[in-house]
Amino acid sequence: MAEILVLAEHTGDEPKKVTFELITLARRFGEPSVVWTGPGAEQGQARCAEYGAARMYVAGDAAFDDYVVAPAAELLAQLVREKSPALVLVAGTAPGKEVAGRLAVKIDSGVLTDVVDLQPGEGGPVAEQLNFGGSIIVHSQVTRGTPIVAMRPNSVAPEPEAGAAEISQVSLAAETAGAGITDRVVAERSERPDLTEASIVVSGGRGTGGAEGFGIIEQLADALGAAVGASRAVTDAGWYPHQFQVGQTGKTVSPQLYMAIGISGAIQHRAGMQTSKTIIAVNKDPEAPIFELADFGVVGDLFKVVPQLLEEIGKRK
Amino acid sequence: MNIVVLVKQVPDTAVERKLKDADGTLDRASVDGLINEIDEYAIEEGLKIAEAQREAGAEAEVTILTMGPEKATESIRKALSMGADKAVHLVDDGLAGSDALSTSYALAQVLGQTGFDLVICGSESTDARMGVMAAMLAERLGVPQVSLVIKAEIDGSVIRARRVSDDGYLEVEASIPAVLGVVEKINEPRYPSFKGIMAAKKKPVQTMSLADAGIDPALVGLGGAATEVVDHTQRPPRQAGTVVKDDGDGGVKVAEFLAAQKFI
Repeated sequence: MAEILVLAEHTGDEPKKVTFELITLARRFGEPSVVWTGPGAEQGQARCAEYGAARMYVAGDAAFDDYVVAPAAELLAQLVREKSPALVLVAGTAPGKEVAGRLAVKIDSGVLTDVVDLQPGEGGPVAEQLNFGGSIIVHSQVTRGTPIVAMRPNSVAPEPEAGAAEISQVSLAAETAGAGITDRVVAERSERPDLTEASIVVSGGRGTGGAEGFGIIEQLADALGAAVGASRAVTDAGWYPHQFQVGQTGKTVSPQLYMAIGISGAIQHRAGMQTSKTIIAVNKDPEAPIFELADFGVVGDLFKVVPQLLEEIGKRK
Repeated sequence: MNIVVLVKQVPDTAVERKLKDADGTLDRASVDGLINEIDEYAIEEGLKIAEAQREAGAEAEVTILTMGPEKATESIRKALSMGADKAVHLVDDGLAGSDALSTSYALAQVLGQTGFDLVICGSESTDARMGVMAAMLAERLGVPQVSLVIKAEIDGSVIRARRVSDDGYLEVEASIPAVLGVVEKINEPRYPSFKGIMAAKKKPVQTMSLADAGIDPALVGLGGAATEVVDHTQRPPRQAGTVVKDDGDGGVKVAEFLAAQKFI
């Protein structure tokens, strides 16, 4: 049966949700072999097995902790040469795509990014991408080499299936160096779901008026078990950290529900969220472009609408 | 210091962008082009680094490198008007339809000729949005990849930078020559001054063909691509839904909508 390599994204021993999405998708094409770099594999194994991983290649070389991107790409290239998989799947996160890019050069293979669906087809897997802010549906294929596909997080629903996830230790045969990591600074870890993985995102914009006002966005997010997002105006002004920015130069999200609160909906922002399944908007300005996208919108003061909404949510719990 | 900044001309995102029916490639001719937004930050970073080098008594030059059709010259002039010293425009019909793999090959060939201490590029373009160029170039050029950078500093023959990560940032360090990939948090691009705009008209723009750059035609263009578009369809534009005015019950109405959609 065909072997499919899946590059695991994990924090310590906990695989990220996107890893389960990739393993589930891999099963469509063959047997998933998870590639796990760095520590935590023994504990991660049980979780990967829950989604049907047949194998786990575990590499604990110091290089993975010490260097950016290059070692992961080198390990994948090594495994591609040794195992001749039918497909390599990575998470379509910024670093995931960088690994995919380097791998593509190393093995001279085509790479497809931001893929939302992948189906078996004639001559190889056929990818679906939503280009230009979702206005064009494109089907594409890799025509040379081993297909490398970077999947958009939250596009495939993870489905449990028992697997062995049998571990084999591997290590880098070639020396890789490059940009060395001298320090890691971790912002306070949030209890909230990850922005790109969440099924609900509550996003705040300029209308929140400041860091303090933005607190109401967090309240609404917590009431719905959602992730928090922010517009560029908000992060530029320093009201909320940059990693929560949704938009053309921030993160692209495609949740089940996107709530745009006090966000005007400039093209910049829309590029990052317009393929969300359901969009709700609250804005003082009836002309705000966000209303063109919204499935439901309220023209009004968010500091009146949102507290009332919070009350209603509380009543219905 | 020899600084090369990659600049891509892309279609204006405010205008409808289309793929050509014939080959699935982006129709660049029929829409206005402008500098890919994040590339302005790359140019700014190049200019800042060059200024710091000169202040410290070293020589520095900023060259704009663009691979694109004829009309890309507009974006090249804009980049020059910000303060870059000269430009190289890789233009050849044989490049049309190149995928990322081929593009990185073509650019690497040109960089082999221009030489570089730093290649600076933006994290992704607004048309393809792949985010792979810095990585691919680092791989091809055999130099460190210092990318997703929000802060960079040159210290002799070393570059120290802050790279965004999922939950914070990493401090990284690499030897020069290197590829520096920037994200928008890194700086605030300057507006071209009138003097800069006038000066740009006289700055040298060297055009290069495939032959000039030693690029094998079989490895670029539609024929050299390792991926292809199988089909494409225009998606029906998202229809606006219901918009109501808050008459004292806006929050209630949202809750009702959420309940009807089974979110609460």
